[in-house]
Amino acid sequence: MMLLKKYYYGDYGEIEGGVSSNKSETEFPLWEVFIRSKQGLDHKHVGSLHAADVAMAVENARDVYTRRMEGVSIWVVESKHIHASNPDEAESLYEPSMDKIYRHPTFYNLPDEVGHM
Amino acid sequence: MEINFENLFLSKIDKEIKIEPKDWMPEKYRQTNIRQISQHAHSEIVGMLPEGAWITRAPTLKRKAILLAKVQDEAGHGLYLYSAAETLNISRDEMTEQLLTGKAKYSSIFNYPSLTWADMGAIGWLVDGAAILNQVMLCRTSYGPYARAMVRICKEESFHQRQGFEILLVLSQGTKEQKAMCQDAINRWWWPSLMMFGPTDSESTNSDQSMKWKIKRKTNDELRQQFVDMAVQQIKVLNMTLPDADLKWNEERKHYDFGAINWDEFWQVVKGNGPCNKERLNAKNKAWNDGAWVREAAVAYAEKKKKREQIKVA
Repeated sequence: MMLLKKYYYGDYGEIEGGVSSNKSETEFPLWEVFIRSKQGLDHKHVGSLHAADVAMAVENARDVYTRRMEGVSIWVVESKHIHASNPDEAESLYEPSMDKIYRHPTFYNLPDEVGHM
Repeated sequence: MEINFENLFLSKIDKEIKIEPKDWMPEKYRQTNIRQISQHAHSEIVGMLPEGAWITRAPTLKRKAILLAKVQDEAGHGLYLYSAAETLNISRDEMTEQLLTGKAKYSSIFNYPSLTWADMGAIGWLVDGAAILNQVMLCRTSYGPYARAMVRICKEESFHQRQGFEILLVLSQGTKEQKAMCQDAINRWWWPSLMMFGPTDSESTNSDQSMKWKIKRKTNDELRQQFVDMAVQQIKVLNMTLPDADLKWNEERKHYDFGAINWDEFWQVVKGNGPCNKERLNAKNKAWNDGAWVREAAVAYAEKKKKREQIKVA
């Protein structure tokens, strides 16, 4: 029997090696699904599903997430390939942008005569 | 600086900030969500059975197509919910096992039989109607993946209730026999639908903590009252009656009073002694066992393809 390692969406991937679950050696791998709702928009994460391979993942994604014409394009990515930032480190991770309010247009006071800028 | 994780968690709940999978959460919060979300998922999956029984017997091709679409939606809703539960570190196989062994519960309503075509109408109107009230509330639940699954489900669910009501509406305008069938289905599904909201607040073991953690946003009794008030208005359109002699407008409360619920029956069904408990579990076990070769074949095929690709690359 082949061994499938189990990962969960939002795991840190290689940092912690994912969460392996010994109880589910026969379970299909988990995939994350991204849907482009219409031409010109980004693909957006909509959820996840289990599938044995790419073809099954795309077909299942169509059946599960686009039953009402919600999409024109589907991406599937095996969940174990997703690497996420650690919420416990959020403070230090985003700290550099905290004190740079001059990056926002409202930081600059200009006379009204300038008009819309 | 030492961070108190519990306080951080509670302050997020307080500020209506959603809890996400990798955030710290009390173990009990995790467990409660796993229990509730997986039960909810199981209910969607088992809920396909009473309706599945009528797919081959739907009166017209149109009704058959609609019923198929609805049952397919329910499979989808089950999958959204299983995925949400999996973010809390329980595997799909574990949940499946809990369902198949009877360890996990699902909504007791699905342990009642669907005897006539009118039951498809009553299930849509009453059972889905009751479920929707619960689900609309859960769109604001504190656990992010659960809330997002609920938003998607609610968008799809209103078709379910409307198609059910329409089935009853057509029957209610039909022959004498069709009218009788319509009333009979309402009579049988009314009380079990009221039980769907769970025990009264004073008896409900999980409600208190779930309200504090904003997993639930309304109590069982609040939702049940909301449902009764709604159904009393809608039954008038059908020219039918609800099987409760004690239904009466209460001017003081600004709500309808209703008769006593048979909680003995409720607990009997929860404990496994409902009309269809065994039948439902047998059907799920049979489906799982009969499908084993398909799952094995899919894995074998994926393996073979992967090996072929590796050979090609080398």
